[in-house]
Amino acid sequence: MPIETWLTFLLGFMILGSIVALEIKDILSSIVAIGVVGLAVSLAFLFLQAPDLAVVQFLFEIFALIILVRAFIRKDFHVMERASSGRWIIGFTLIGLAAVFLLSLKVFRVLPPFGEPLMETSRYYLEHGAADTGAANIVAGIILDYRAYDTLGEVTVLLTAILGTLTVLRFRARDGKGGGR
Amino acid sequence: MTLYALCFALFLVGLYGLLTKRDLIKIILSSGIMGYACNLMLVLFGYRRGGVYPILERGREAGPMVDPLPQALVLTSIVIELGVTALLAALAIRLFQKYRTYDITKIRRLSG
Repeated sequence: MPIETWLTFLLGFMILGSIVALEIKDILSSIVAIGVVGLAVSLAFLFLQAPDLAVVQFLFEIFALIILVRAFIRKDFHVMERASSGRWIIGFTLIGLAAVFLLSLKVFRVLPPFGEPLMETSRYYLEHGAADTGAANIVAGIILDYRAYDTLGEVTVLLTAILGTLTVLRFRARDGKGGGR
Repeated sequence: MTLYALCFALFLVGLYGLLTKRDLIKIILSSGIMGYACNLMLVLFGYRRGGVYPILERGREAGPMVDPLPQALVLTSIVIELGVTALLAALAIRLFQKYRTYDITKIRRLSG
């Protein structure tokens, strides 16, 4: 089977899983549905010849699942009030998003077609990557050598996010109830 | 073309959840869906027909390879997404401790 068929199937599956995750009442089912969508993304990365990304996405999915379950499942007294807005708002949002989708179809024709990327910078990386960086894995060569500053910035962002998480969780709530977890 | 449109549809599903849901957990999950769609779209742009993964191997002829640049950038993006999800979850926990609800229409006293 050509790769488009597989990817179309996977993307349809992902859209279905996302809609289920957003519309289902139970929070645990919702989080698990998101996990399934993420694993489908990992599988799609494998089909797109990106094994590094597939592994990282898999790990991300497991960690995100652990974080979300740990954070929210203990609140089992979580009562679902009406989880959505009114019918009018949903209707208007759907119409607006459908309009955006229809308008965007023209944009996708301008893009290079699937399977034929431009690869102007990447051609250099592919040809000279091994000689320049000495890395057999060209993705690793780009991350850690050609674009090392980008990776440094990424680590800074990650550090900021973790510091923010710790800071937010550390302080006690002001009314004295709750308390740090 | 169809794949791009489907990927954009996935993004729009996330945007729909972000705009209409009132539950804070659902909003966090929606932002995760949008992140998936963005990452997948970037990697879709970099796929080359008949290309193999961009890893050189001894004994394998250097055939056409897929574009390694989007893969490298998406790799960093995925990791950042994990940090952002953790930060959002921490904020949601803190809000829950203060207001005892996840409904964003009831979280109104944000002045202090």
